[in-house]
Amino acid sequence: MDNQSLINLTLHLADSSLILAQRNAEWCAHGPILEQDIAITNISLDLLGQARNFYQYASELINATKAPSPLERAGGEVSEDSLAYLRTEREFKNLLMTELPNGDWAQTILRQYLFSVYQYGLYEQLQKADDAQLAAIAAKSIKETTYHVKWSSEWVIRLGDGTAESHQRMLKAIENLWPYTGEFFMPAAYEQEALLGFDLVSIKPAWLEKVKTVLEEATLYSPSSGERQGETVFMQSGGKTGNHTEYLGFILAEMQHLQRTYPGAEW
Amino acid sequence: MNILQEHISAEEKKIWQLLETVVDPEIPVLAITDLGIVRSVEIYPLSTGEEWGGAVTITPTYSGCPAIDAISIDIKLKLLEHGYKKIKITSVLSPAWTTDWMTEEGKIKLKAYGIAPPQYSKKETAVIQCPQCRSSNTKLLSQFGSTACKALYQCIDCKEPFDYFKCH
Repeated sequence: MDNQSLINLTLHLADSSLILAQRNAEWCAHGPILEQDIAITNISLDLLGQARNFYQYASELINATKAPSPLERAGGEVSEDSLAYLRTEREFKNLLMTELPNGDWAQTILRQYLFSVYQYGLYEQLQKADDAQLAAIAAKSIKETTYHVKWSSEWVIRLGDGTAESHQRMLKAIENLWPYTGEFFMPAAYEQEALLGFDLVSIKPAWLEKVKTVLEEATLYSPSSGERQGETVFMQSGGKTGNHTEYLGFILAEMQHLQRTYPGAEW
Repeated sequence: MNILQEHISAEEKKIWQLLETVVDPEIPVLAITDLGIVRSVEIYPLSTGEEWGGAVTITPTYSGCPAIDAISIDIKLKLLEHGYKKIKITSVLSPAWTTDWMTEEGKIKLKAYGIAPPQYSKKETAVIQCPQCRSSNTKLLSQFGSTACKALYQCIDCKEPFDYFKCH
């Protein structure tokens, strides 16, 4: 396996988990009710843990190449912290969907659902990958993702099949988020070169099927079914290769502020 | 006790006994050996005489569990306290931790502490017994409780809310 591709792929997986963890953490103490505030921040913590595992692995791979890395800015070796705190916006490879603002509860829920079902399909394949460490992280993480899928699907149904207001908000969320789902299944060059033993496109049918089933139960429709079937939705992409929306810069400014201001600070 | 190796030395047995006194910082009635997160203990005499070297291998419960760093430090301190200065603490992810590794003794301790213990993952049913009044008439309030490893339930009979250490 090409080492640089493996490093980039690992960083991509780490970045998507970290950025969504950061977004979900914004709900801390702002959730609609206490139990759900705790649920969304628990999901945030799971994603943060998964991101740490991927970053730790990426830093091992980077340090093993012995090549001078621009990430050794703080001096010394690359670490999970330097990867999270010292890379710039263009170096982040997260999916665009993860960096979008939380919006209302409907948008937060729908994003979690669309992302978790994708992550579940991805981990299901990744746990069989030749690379033992990626397989181990995936096998560990999929148990947590199972809860995320369950929780978010219940909320999609509750909101979609709820009041006129919540239904309306879910429709709006679908409209906002659907254009960001195409990127899930568009492999970046490093994903193809990393030779994982599976094709990203192959996880799409199961994703679409699962999403459609839940949206229908929620009396909602996905833009690729029902009345709008056949209409083309323009799909946004670029996150995997570092071309982000304006929102990522703001997230990084907040998240990296401390390490940028006081390099190497610990507590 | 969760000993994986069949043949362990007397010295390794001592280490296992020390590990039985290291507790989960979030659930202090549970020893880390009850939780099933200690995967192996391997030690050998160093050529310099009385010193022992080796490794204690642990595995996290959930990826984001903040207790794992604290547990690692607690093990280190416990070993130092007993003169083991050169034993490394390493963490592995595979095979992924499951609540099936929790000991029966651990489950009894959890219940007495007021947390409903996990069922076996292969046999999980919808019925979770209230740890207070033993009623089976309970309901799920939230899949996510005070920590990643717990769900929040309520007993319909005695009305008490309680934590359920969920199957994983």
